[in-house]
Amino acid sequence: MMAAILPVLLAVLATMVHAALLFALAPGLMGVVSKMRAWALGRRGAPVVQPYRQLYKLLRKTTLIPETATDAYPYWPLACFLSVSVAGLLIPSFVTGMVTAPLSDFITLIGLFALARAATMLGGLETGFSFGGAGAQREALFGVFAEGALLVTILTFALIAHATTVDGIAVAFRDGHIGISVSLAFALAATLAVALTETGRIPTDNPAGHLELAMVHEAMLLEYSGRYLLLFEYAAMLRLMVWMSLIGAVFLPFWMGRAGDVLSWPLGLALWVGKLGGMAVILPLFEISSAKMRVFRVPEFLGVAMLLGALAAVFLFVAERIGS
Amino acid sequence: MSLTFSLAHLMGGVILLAAFSLLSQRRLAAMITLYQVQALVLSAAAFWQGYAQGEANLYLTGLITLIIKALILPLSLREIVLRFNLMRAVETAMPVAVSMVLGVALIGVAVLVVLPTTPGNISLTREDLAIALSVVLLGLLMMTTRRGALAQIIGFLSTENGLVLAAIGMPGMPFVAEFSVALLVLLAFLVVGVFLFRIREHFDSLDLSGLEQIERRGR
Repeated sequence: MMAAILPVLLAVLATMVHAALLFALAPGLMGVVSKMRAWALGRRGAPVVQPYRQLYKLLRKTTLIPETATDAYPYWPLACFLSVSVAGLLIPSFVTGMVTAPLSDFITLIGLFALARAATMLGGLETGFSFGGAGAQREALFGVFAEGALLVTILTFALIAHATTVDGIAVAFRDGHIGISVSLAFALAATLAVALTETGRIPTDNPAGHLELAMVHEAMLLEYSGRYLLLFEYAAMLRLMVWMSLIGAVFLPFWMGRAGDVLSWPLGLALWVGKLGGMAVILPLFEISSAKMRVFRVPEFLGVAMLLGALAAVFLFVAERIGS
Repeated sequence: MSLTFSLAHLMGGVILLAAFSLLSQRRLAAMITLYQVQALVLSAAAFWQGYAQGEANLYLTGLITLIIKALILPLSLREIVLRFNLMRAVETAMPVAVSMVLGVALIGVAVLVVLPTTPGNISLTREDLAIALSVVLLGLLMMTTRRGALAQIIGFLSTENGLVLAAIGMPGMPFVAEFSVALLVLLAFLVVGVFLFRIREHFDSLDLSGLEQIERRGR
């Protein structure tokens, strides 16, 4: 009796630990990225805990609702935050085989990210304010191409791992002898381009930008204040964490723990923190060494990502025909 | 799949990736940097193949690639850009998006051509050959879609990188061929450099459409 229940209990426990760490560390990760960026630029930078303080400050501020807004105004931040949170719960971080593993289908994740994007866009359009509309328009333009590129890239993962869930892909890449292949290198490049666009980092959008004309993500949030803004900002921090975990789980799943085996958790945890830390160093270095693109160059950038995804699948067929 | 082949393929893939991003670049400085990266990976691939095949010749190929293509050529290309005060942006003959779609189509052609024509060969050199042929075709495509002389030179050099990639992937390729190819490129580069001077003297620009006009008038 006990032996049958124990794995389920462990899976539940792993999921809870995962959820707790995800929600607790997301602002910290954003803080580390900002700090690294400041250091790389030769500045001192805000302390790492600054995002926590920011969220706490927003929690205490009065929440204002513009007169022109409709009744749906308060629901968009909630919808955005909830869909990103669900996506975060699905993606494995330090162990595979969590309770949510069977649901972590890549197509579901794309849908959740699209839902969050749609909620943000509608929130931006809510007050009829022109910058919000411009931001929403750009976000829609980027979204079409980013989703397309990710969909094409999934084909490669599915063909190699024979699974479309993130969990299944991580397990297949961890346990199977996949080796290094051209296809995965192309898929990595495509995924990174999509991740940079989705999280609004520098080649496509500037998270620290304060020029309304160049804003994309921030432009949609200009009319939000107080707790609603908190939800949007927290969602943005979570999104960064979620994408880093996703890339870590798919491309660097080595020594990730198993939910049923408690002894493998510490190594998995240490590795996960290491992966996040590594990416938090690489991302700012990449950001300061490249310039933000013009808005109409971004579809081209994502078009390249889509073509790379297609190439990854093509070369997979070349190799498979040869290998068999 | 053994580590030898997967690493070789990965490096081939990175070279192809560099050729592909060369096609999508619009700035000369970035193109030269990408070419340099491509040549660096190529020399690493040559060293790796030399180690894997146990051929000392390939180390020499790697060294030549490293010194001539990864250091001397990019440096002198940058020098040309500086000295001629060239336009930093590259003029293209067709939209970049179209040329990238064409590029993917060419890679497809390369794969389709290589696979059926090499049934008896050692199975794993085939993928290498497909990648090398794609790099060659992409370089040719770049030479046709760019207007500026310097961008065309970079396309030519990228084509040549594809040839060397094919050569180092084949066990038993005589070293002489590669040596001559490397020298040929240097020679061609010098010739083109002199040509650039002449073109510049006559037309005050490196835009080749001026040449075409004269050709038309002459007929």
